[in-house]
Amino acid sequence: MRIELAYFAWVRERMGTPGETVELPPAIADVAALLGWLAARDERGAATFADPHRIRAAIDGALAGPDAPLAGVREVALFPPVTGG
Amino acid sequence: MIRVFVQAAPIDVGAEIDLHDAGGHGASASFIGRVRGDAGLTELFLEHHPAMTEAGLASLAHAAADRWKLGALTLIHRVGSMTPGETIVLVLASSRHRAEALAACEYLIDRLKTDVMLWKRESFADGRIAWVEEREDDRDRAARWE
Repeated sequence: MRIELAYFAWVRERMGTPGETVELPPAIADVAALLGWLAARDERGAATFADPHRIRAAIDGALAGPDAPLAGVREVALFPPVTGG
Repeated sequence: MIRVFVQAAPIDVGAEIDLHDAGGHGASASFIGRVRGDAGLTELFLEHHPAMTEAGLASLAHAAADRWKLGALTLIHRVGSMTPGETIVLVLASSRHRAEALAACEYLIDRLKTDVMLWKRESFADGRIAWVEEREDDRDRAARWE
């Protein structure tokens, strides 16, 4: 399954890119599994996603929890807790 | 009328108050958030999401307008690079009486700190650069409105 990943704030900095297209194995079915897959993929992923509790996600423009399914999804945004205002 | 903007240009507070149509609504309340220059801060950078930031602000604005029967609402958030003293966020809320306008202002500033896709990065005179961490106090204040 092919999806677009978009990174923001220190997630973007640590990954060294604002986004990428990835081909996910079929077993990666939800956001939590995606974070685990990225953390296991390489050193950048490990440094960024080692503590998944610090990461928030949005799927196709809507905030999504760790158990949100990825089937049929176009884009997943990954970012730290927001700090505007 | 509801006006929501995400902009890189400086917020002209005086001009926005003039544009905010409070005609006939009786009470207008405002909140202005500015960049603090303490601890040697030299730059505040606001990162945002190209679509979700404005959508998130608009969603909060409509929720507030419905809940407090607002006659007019202006919600503007700046993004990009700012220096101490510059305006980060402006909320203007108008209603028939003061209680609704004041409550809507407080709701909007509390909720946009926890619900909207914005991230602050601080740069200091000693060269240190750090992303701002979420604050438990902000989460508690936002939760009061649920």
